[in-house]
Amino acid sequence: MINLSLSELGAALAAGQISSVELTQLFLDRCARENPRLNAFICLDQARALDAARAADAARAAGRAGPLTGIPLAHKDIFCARGWRTTCASRMLENFVSPYDAHVVGLLQDAGMVLVGKTNMDEFAMGSSNETSYFGPVKNPWDHTMVPGGSSGGSAAAIAARLVPAATGTDTGGSIRQPAALCGLSGLKPTYGVCSRYGMIAFASSLDQAGPMAKSAEDCALMLNAMAGFDARDSTSLDRPAENYTRLLGEPLAGLRIGLPREYFAAGLDAGVHAVVDAALDQFRKLGAVTVDISLPNSGLSVPAYYVIAPAEASSNLSRFDGVRYGHRAADYSDLADMYCRSRAEGFGAEVKRRILIGTYVLSHGYYDAYYLQAQKIRRLIARDFQAAFEHCDLIMGPTAPDVAFPLGAKSADPVQMYLNDIYTIAANLAGLPGMSIPCGFARGLPVGLQLVGAWFDEARMLGAAHQYQLNTDWHRAMPAGL
Amino acid sequence: MSLNLEQVFRAARLARLAISDAEAERTAAQLNNIFALIEQMQAVDTTGVEPMSHAVDLAQRLRPDAVTEADRRADFQAIAPETEAGLYLVPKVIE
Repeated sequence: MINLSLSELGAALAAGQISSVELTQLFLDRCARENPRLNAFICLDQARALDAARAADAARAAGRAGPLTGIPLAHKDIFCARGWRTTCASRMLENFVSPYDAHVVGLLQDAGMVLVGKTNMDEFAMGSSNETSYFGPVKNPWDHTMVPGGSSGGSAAAIAARLVPAATGTDTGGSIRQPAALCGLSGLKPTYGVCSRYGMIAFASSLDQAGPMAKSAEDCALMLNAMAGFDARDSTSLDRPAENYTRLLGEPLAGLRIGLPREYFAAGLDAGVHAVVDAALDQFRKLGAVTVDISLPNSGLSVPAYYVIAPAEASSNLSRFDGVRYGHRAADYSDLADMYCRSRAEGFGAEVKRRILIGTYVLSHGYYDAYYLQAQKIRRLIARDFQAAFEHCDLIMGPTAPDVAFPLGAKSADPVQMYLNDIYTIAANLAGLPGMSIPCGFARGLPVGLQLVGAWFDEARMLGAAHQYQLNTDWHRAMPAGL
Repeated sequence: MSLNLEQVFRAARLARLAISDAEAERTAAQLNNIFALIEQMQAVDTTGVEPMSHAVDLAQRLRPDAVTEADRRADFQAIAPETEAGLYLVPKVIE
């Protein structure tokens, strides 16, 4: 039961083989047993989950069940959920109980999914290893001495350990795709604007995008069907006709043109990961796709440009945490300015403060043109590279991360080494493109992710290609030993 | 390019972050490593390139200036550090 896909779980519920209460209890028991070792959840709520499960069973009995009704789910703790503690893994929001639902939370609730808990993450989504969480690091279920990736590391670990069948994540520079790769999952970052950011605690607003994390591409497509859609409360939400993201799952791969950016297979890529990705590409060719050599000449600049743009936006977004209306307030202070300074110094962790300082600096008088404007111009060059590439191919593929999961603590003292983990994922955020990671094998016993990047709004084709690969391979069904 | 302590203190002041001398020194060293990475941008000629401020080029959507939310002041103030009579309390700023 724990390794079934969402559509299989939906079928089992529809056939009456299991009730949502039974299914939810099964996963809650797994959470209770495994979470103390993994630290994947910041908060679990058995009573509320079972209430939601009973409501789902009642809806089904009344003939009001959809494809996801009654299936358990976890939300990354960046999504506000009414009545749930929503911490963003920060001391700043340790006691913040959200008075409202994020749009995505409301949509998945409307779809009948059963929320069991909120997952751990890097503080304010700033990190690639889940080690910046105020609530402690998450362990990778494949090897408890390794990081799960980040920032959606709790969601990734929870699914990999089969504590929930699916979860939400957010991706600003790779935070869905990189942990999906490091934990052997499928995860999708949609085109910017497809999922509403309302109620999703903001990190870098021009880059942040919510997306599904699950075992397979088909599961991601079903989740995205429920998560996508226009929302007037997000000023950058795109008003487009509704799409069925499963519609191309059956499309054969014959004739699909896959672009391989030579910059993604160059120095810096682990040899073991390289070999596994090559084998996956061979499989795609065997299934009828053709691969073409492409170049993204400015992709090497994506990390530098990102570490100007994202901190700049973060420094502005995080100025709202001042200890006045909600969040942490210092116990001792002399005046208002001192209250702000101490509350923020106590409430934020080291990585968050670092990024606020970078952002404040690059936006300050005398540096704005040299850093912020230059980064925005390079962002344009990176987006143009993709535009040119998509004239020669339908999808782009390559490694999701330069290496498999690394040991806890290995990179936490060196921010630059940590940032370089996202060297292949950041460009899609800068350009606003959809991207996903799917499991494609193992190197040194740890999962390897294959990254797919689609043209703007081409999620359905990307999901279709990933699904065809998964019909012919079993990597997405692999589970850590001992489950 | 290298950030000195003075610049770190200035950024911290602008960002309303209390920072100790020892912390500022550690931070300066880390920020300098990060800026060494960021400096790679300076080698690129971007003359005539339009800055891209957003992932999608879109015009700001406007809405009618109408009240759409219900009054939930009590809910919102229930999570505030300090309130009184429906007001948020902060230290006195005007004598």
